Amino acid sequence: MKKIVALLLVLVMACALFAACGEKKSEGSQSDKPAGEVKPFVIGGIGPLTGGAATYGNAAKNGAEIAVEEINALKGDVQFTLYYEDDEHDPEKSLNAYNTLKDKGLQILLGTVTTSPCIEVSAQANADRIFELTPSASSTDVLGGFEDESGNITIARKDNVFQMCFTDPNQGIASAEYIKTNNIGTKVAVIYKNDDAYSTGIYQKFISQAAKVGLEVVSITTFTADTATDFSVQLADAKNNGADLVFLPIYFEPASLILAQANSMGYEPAFFGVDGMDGILTMKNFDVSLAEGVFLLTPFSADAEDEQTKNFVSTYQSKFGEIPNQFAADGYDTVYALYNAIKKGNLTSDMTNAELCEKLIGIFTSADFKFDGLTGSGVTWATTGEVSKAPKAVVIKDGVYVGYNG
Amino acid sequence: MKKLKPTTRSNIFTYGALLIIFTVVYILNNGGVISNNISGLLIPICAYVCMSISLNLTVGILGELSLGHAGFMSVGAFSGVIAASALRNVTDNGTLQLIAAIAIGAVFAAIAGAIVGVPVLRLNGDYLAIVTLAFGEIIKNLLNNFYIGVDNSGLHFSMKDTASLNMDKGTVIVNGPMGAVGIPKVSTLIVGFILILICYAATANITNSRTGRAIKAIRDNRIAVESVGISVAKYKLMTFVTSAAMAGMAGALYALNYTTITPKKFDFNTSILILVFVVLGGIGNVRGGMIAATVLVVLPELLRAVKDYRMLMYAVVLILVMIFTNNRKARGLIIDPAKKLFGKLIPKRGKGGDANG
Repeated sequence: MKKIVALLLVLVMACALFAACGEKKSEGSQSDKPAGEVKPFVIGGIGPLTGGAATYGNAAKNGAEIAVEEINALKGDVQFTLYYEDDEHDPEKSLNAYNTLKDKGLQILLGTVTTSPCIEVSAQANADRIFELTPSASSTDVLGGFEDESGNITIARKDNVFQMCFTDPNQGIASAEYIKTNNIGTKVAVIYKNDDAYSTGIYQKFISQAAKVGLEVVSITTFTADTATDFSVQLADAKNNGADLVFLPIYFEPASLILAQANSMGYEPAFFGVDGMDGILTMKNFDVSLAEGVFLLTPFSADAEDEQTKNFVSTYQSKFGEIPNQFAADGYDTVYALYNAIKKGNLTSDMTNAELCEKLIGIFTSADFKFDGLTGSGVTWATTGEVSKAPKAVVIKDGVYVGYNG
Repeated sequence: MKKLKPTTRSNIFTYGALLIIFTVVYILNNGGVISNNISGLLIPICAYVCMSISLNLTVGILGELSLGHAGFMSVGAFSGVIAASALRNVTDNGTLQLIAAIAIGAVFAAIAGAIVGVPVLRLNGDYLAIVTLAFGEIIKNLLNNFYIGVDNSGLHFSMKDTASLNMDKGTVIVNGPMGAVGIPKVSTLIVGFILILICYAATANITNSRTGRAIKAIRDNRIAVESVGISVAKYKLMTFVTSAAMAGMAGALYALNYTTITPKKFDFNTSILILVFVVLGGIGNVRGGMIAATVLVVLPELLRAVKDYRMLMYAVVLILVMIFTNNRKARGLIIDPAKKLFGKLIPKRGKGGDANG
């Protein structure tokens, strides 16, 4: 009996393998089909569409979808076919998602959305020579080739990888400088997640920059994924040390708990977050009034008055029923940056991946390639893969982001 | 011809089946017939199959519950990564780095297994489950605070930050919560397959030996075993340490297949995932566990087509398999027609034979 069950399972397994092969072929022929007259570029995105970080992945995906629809509607020479795969914010799953995209004929990669998976995928994309522009994976290890203070290099530069967002160190530095120059707080408490690359990366740079600009840090407390349910100890420490500003380089879910608990213990400092805080307003079952007065560092605010942002926000709202956050804008911008670069280089979709990769690297690093998007104007890229654009802070007022000017 | 013992026959069957499956997969993979997606899963499957064998040794054969097996995997993974990265300055041969990493992973995981096992396995009851559960969490939190780097003068270690490593233009191997980044990707499918063979052979040999009979006797009736003068603690420890060493080897193989691993990867969920392999394949059924591991790693990838319903489908499949393997009536629905079919195809094997199933 056992043998037969085993045999059956083996058969199922074998069928599964071949089913996958069959799938590959059909997907391949599908992408070969021309949409209209021009053969579209196959671009792929990877991000957490399910699980704890799903807000980021879905926002980036929605943003990218809008951009692709707009570009395809122009019926120009450049058309895109976008595939988006889920990685559950896990490097292992992310690499699987990347391989799935390759089966679908991936030519250019827009992703991944979160940091650790992106470190994994970018190494593979580098080996495969596929150009990668990530909307929001902010660690320097994504790009590689960065020295820390003592001159150590952890990972070599992956020359095909570029970022649409600020790097973690730049966010930390920008936050410290922003708080100091705008005088938002004098005594700072930091609560960060010490089992998270993103959070620790920002924290380390924030602390060293705070020391440089003369910002007083009075309390530093940590939590991990397992202890992210109660913050009374951390908040009490901040309160007892007289902190008037709490810096939260963390994702919005724990941040929402911190805001609620601070409120219930009657502690009212200013809260300052970074891009991970983005998304707090669209969180389910969260009392938005708690986030009143929270600052966050983000390159995008949905209330901006320019034409491009207004159009994007209204399209996004009518399509997905919520106000887009920074990740949606990053997703949108990556597609347009790519579009502009392809236009500029007159690239065609019948080039090989390696050719596209070399050409795109050349265009992105060239001095005269400037990009105007939702998250900044006159955006340029350095050969290190870093983006250069001005950091902006917004403050939450009446449940919406409002640009903060000193 | 001398008649073979049933266990020997069963082992020959397993080795044969493994070899055939491996050869077919290997040829298909090198010929580019298998999709990129499945091809990328092959080495993780090898690692998870080893984990399944390893945990089956503890849960199925020894009869003790381990809820922190990912902890041993983690120890193996990180010590293996450090070994491989440090060896990069010595040799460029990837296979050599991998083998050294696996060996060192095994040693460190075995040491961790002994540390956990020596006090706990003397006790009678479910204490191993509790302690391994804690062990998994402790390892995760410890590794979150480890900073290890290598430069020309050797390995550096700190528990504060990377700056206190005092390195001179070196490479940071383990960077606290950011985990290990820039790991040499040296794992190969052949080494992965050999590792499965080693783990299976070790388990089969332990089970079918004098030691194995003692271990199974401990599982079935501890008091009877003690009364005939067999040292319970010794045999338990022996099995548990072997199991931990296998987990360490699997961890090293797993880690060296990726450029980055974080301590968070080896959390309670991963431990439970491995336990699910074992339970689904049948506790004590090593072959079943191996198949379950393969199926459960491949399944979520094959279900990508159904998008967001993926995890729902995954759960449904799990429940269905549980029902079908544990319900005689339900099993009959599939097995009986299959029996008829096989009976027609191979007339000689049609009758009898499966009474022990």
